Amino acid sequence: MGTGFFTDTTVCIGCKACEVACKEWNQLPDDGMSFTAMSYDNTGDLSASTWRHVAFIERPVALSEQQTGLGNFSWLLMSDVCKHCKSAGCLENCPTGAIVRTEFDSVYVQPDICNGCGYCVVGCPFGVIDRREDDGRAWKCTLCYDRQKDGMEPACAKACPTDSIQFGDLDELRDKARRRVEQLHAGGVEEAYLYGVDEADQPGTDGLNAFFLLVDKPEVYNLPPEPVAPRKYAAPAWASVAAAGVAMALAAVAAVAGSGRQ
Amino acid sequence: MAECHPVGFRWVMEAKRRGATIIHVDPRFTRTSAVSDLHVPIRAGSDIAFLGGIVNYILENERHFVDYVVNYTNAPALIDDDFRDTEDLDGLFSGWDAEKGQYDISSWSYKGTDVAPAAGQREIFSGEPHSERGTTAGAEKFDFSLQDPACVFQILKRHYSRYTPQVVEETCGIPKDLFLKVAETLCSNSGRDRTSAFCYAVGWTQHSVGVQYIRTAAIIQLLLGNIGRPGGGILALRGHASIQGSTDIPTLYNLLPGYLPMPKATFDKTFEDYVKFNESKSGWWAEFPKYIVSLLKAWFGDAATFQNGWCYEYLPNLTGDHSHMTTVADMADGAIKGYFVMGENPTVGSMHGALHRKGMRELDWLVVRDFAPTETAEFWRDAPEIQRGEVRTEDIKTEVFMFPAAAHTEKDGAFTNTQRMLQWHHKAIEPPGDCRSELHFVYHLGLRLKKLYEDSMDPKDRPLLDLTWDYPTKGPHQEPDAEAVLREINGYKVDSGEVVEGFTDLKSDGSTACGCWIYSGVYKDGVNQAARRKPGREQSWVASEWGWAWPHNRRILYNRASADPEGKPWSERKKYVWWDAKEGKWTGEDDPDFIPDRPPSYRPEEGAEGTATISGIDPFLMQGDGKGWIYAPNGLLDGPLPTHYEPQESICENPLYGQQCNPARMEWKRADNPYHRAHGDPRFPYVITTYRLTEHHTAGGMTRWLSWLSELQPEMFCEVSPELAAENGLSNGGWATITTARGEIEARVLVTRRIPPLKIRGMIVHQIGLPYHWGSRGLVKGDAANELISFVADPNVSIQESKALTGNIEAGRKSSGRRVVTSGRPVEEAVDQTSRDKPAAAQRPAGSHGVEAGKSQEGEQS
Repeated sequence: MGTGFFTDTTVCIGCKACEVACKEWNQLPDDGMSFTAMSYDNTGDLSASTWRHVAFIERPVALSEQQTGLGNFSWLLMSDVCKHCKSAGCLENCPTGAIVRTEFDSVYVQPDICNGCGYCVVGCPFGVIDRREDDGRAWKCTLCYDRQKDGMEPACAKACPTDSIQFGDLDELRDKARRRVEQLHAGGVEEAYLYGVDEADQPGTDGLNAFFLLVDKPEVYNLPPEPVAPRKYAAPAWASVAAAGVAMALAAVAAVAGSGRQ
Repeated sequence: MAECHPVGFRWVMEAKRRGATIIHVDPRFTRTSAVSDLHVPIRAGSDIAFLGGIVNYILENERHFVDYVVNYTNAPALIDDDFRDTEDLDGLFSGWDAEKGQYDISSWSYKGTDVAPAAGQREIFSGEPHSERGTTAGAEKFDFSLQDPACVFQILKRHYSRYTPQVVEETCGIPKDLFLKVAETLCSNSGRDRTSAFCYAVGWTQHSVGVQYIRTAAIIQLLLGNIGRPGGGILALRGHASIQGSTDIPTLYNLLPGYLPMPKATFDKTFEDYVKFNESKSGWWAEFPKYIVSLLKAWFGDAATFQNGWCYEYLPNLTGDHSHMTTVADMADGAIKGYFVMGENPTVGSMHGALHRKGMRELDWLVVRDFAPTETAEFWRDAPEIQRGEVRTEDIKTEVFMFPAAAHTEKDGAFTNTQRMLQWHHKAIEPPGDCRSELHFVYHLGLRLKKLYEDSMDPKDRPLLDLTWDYPTKGPHQEPDAEAVLREINGYKVDSGEVVEGFTDLKSDGSTACGCWIYSGVYKDGVNQAARRKPGREQSWVASEWGWAWPHNRRILYNRASADPEGKPWSERKKYVWWDAKEGKWTGEDDPDFIPDRPPSYRPEEGAEGTATISGIDPFLMQGDGKGWIYAPNGLLDGPLPTHYEPQESICENPLYGQQCNPARMEWKRADNPYHRAHGDPRFPYVITTYRLTEHHTAGGMTRWLSWLSELQPEMFCEVSPELAAENGLSNGGWATITTARGEIEARVLVTRRIPPLKIRGMIVHQIGLPYHWGSRGLVKGDAANELISFVADPNVSIQESKALTGNIEAGRKSSGRRVVTSGRPVEEAVDQTSRDKPAAAQRPAGSHGVEAGKSQEGEQS
């Protein structure tokens, strides 16, 4: 039981209301006034001061249900956010206990406890969490913990005019998302699929509490195709260490025993 | 629409989820195109050819909705024998008066009669009230089989016969198969069971033939039966909140509230004259006297009596054209002393910023009310010509007053949207510091003016002294009560002060007062109806209890057309209002926009007058003849049928006619407003179009001072195709200089496939896209695209042509010695052998539009 986001990129119009609503509610600073010449994206990526980021992907491939005078072309728009992974690399890496899982099943950084060590930054398989240069601490989407405490939906979902960002109970969201995919398939958009909808879909994270409906490979949206929380490597890694230790011990024993015979 | 109206676009996406097909026609592939089913790139300035092609497709393939067209439109009406079409005169209609430089429209009329339009330029014909509303009813001769060569339907067919798919391709650059797909999709989605809607914004209006763009869409919608029905219509998407409201209760120089015309000095001399020229003998405008008398009672109270013509002569009179560009040109010529700019930033947002600044330099005083000191308020400090050293601040004598303005969250008031719906907003917080609402500013200015003249015995000061100006105020700053203003707009009975229920309660005997007749009912029962917020799920799908829509809370105008001639819904799926024979009245989902108890079978008797002339099958009851006008026999200055003309500055000759441009367009022939060649100017080989981005609001006054919006689009840029970039050595992220004869700007370069080159008769046409949000002030800065645009306008509504012009682009910055026509080095002249007009139309006098216009246009012919 928990809450999360279902972001349906097929109805995103790239208005960036989510970015602005997020910054306004959370009182985040701007990222600087720089023109990137990367389509209409001038904030670049998710960062310590941008917790919702809209990607603008000019793609030399046509959408299957769209006809344009431009031939093989489409413009994919997608609002990215912290995924609030079931197995969250940032949380698992945090040595101070600053990053916790809340009663809404979201992943939350407590700014009064964070000491700015940065272990979480390398622990995130999505490159979401980041440290702010001026205060050194790590920041990311809180899934509007404060708003949820007051029974309100997160600012980005509230501001989204086309319901590209849907907020709600995760079980309901997953049902809704699966129905949406079926609807799109029936309408000829066969490339539509869900990214990170559950554990089976994305074992590396055990599923995402903020999952997406996409129409191209994850890499096209700057998402990893197979994200894995670092802890997932821990068991095999320790097993390898143990195996190596055992092997070396055996080798040592064998060497000593062998030499003894001589 | 997704770019500039993202919140309204949510309903388009909702419709798409339910299976609607979205077609987007735009020179660029925008955020709207990204989610549309069909995107159609088009050459900017060629939309009438495109839409005319659809008209032709409908007629050729007999896809029109016959029962609707025959009964509800003027398609069967016969037109005067003297009428000649553009087909006969190579791009001109009959009646061109070369001496006056305008059309005499008498030959465009219905055969043997004359008829009044619902709105439009009925009175602006060289000082003569050519077609006062008073003369007639409707057409008198018809051919309901639509076969007579003189009937509108056949004229339409001939007029558009040359707008073939081939011509569309050669004019608009739209491949034939793509065009046919659009036409077929539209036709198959219209009829008894289905309807289609058009949404447009300034991409259609800002052309020298802008009004006719919308007219072409109106013709399509009437032919397909898509007006007055749910899911149909033509929706004007407004540039900002309450632009609809500012035409209903106008900030326009030629209208009084509720589309009552402003008195003309030349012939509306007395109240009787004014009524005679504006009342109609037929249709709803027969009620005209009730509305003007009630308005004058609201404004002048007890002073307005029958004996003094209800103080009619207190109203200012129009002596000529006082539209925006004419006013600015007059300012530049020193004819205007003072200028109020409220919530607008014309040096960035309007055309030809340099000429605006030149005008403001000649003023005695300028008042600017805005959130931030905009480029208009600070034109004397850091305008481009001052930065270049061509103009010195100390030489500018204009006294500038900057008033900080309250935001909409800091004041009470109403927004009227494109559906004519008023939605009230309540003040959430007090405005900070010296910020005040417009209502506060205007009310207290009025009080001070009244005080200044209180002892005057001069008759010319009576209008000011007799003006009712007594709104209650509240709070520490004596803020006038906005609801008291709304109550006056609604109207009340003069003796008891009781509010009226609606405009049908208004009288012409002075017993009622009403600030705007179409808004009457907005304060029904003493309740602010615009403030109603009953959720949609708690009421019918029409949601009549959310806000309030004029007239009479009707959500769809002319909705009588949603039922067939017998009064039955066209189909179960599209049922909306219908005739209830048992009750003897119209009923349905919405308030019926018709006379409530007039049966479908009613036909007016010979000699009927007033609203008695409206037959049971006249849904368009504001028109003199009650019909939807496929053909406009009156009301327009540039033709009864839309015709493709090239923009004032084009890359090609008009593919359809010898007449290159709209012959009735307004030009300002001044040294500081040079035009390029009509077509093929070698100095300016590319098409330029301007637009807005989601991230900024118009001229940036509300957005360029906010970090969260500024960072999203932090610099002026231009959009060019990879092909154009290669042709001119432009690199993505680099700099470019864009030039017209008016000026030069620099911009960052965004190379994108989203603005494709088009092929027109073997020629590759490159288009340059320019957003226009930036200026010299704010958190993010950049050159203003509108510096490039000339003064040239549509004759009907004086709108500028900023969506299609020509220009040049070069790689790199030109930071020093930049050229601007008002102050820098002059433009090199090219020998111009092109012509915008056929010889018959070329003799136009310099000031060829409007009443006594021309003074300003002749200025500065150096």
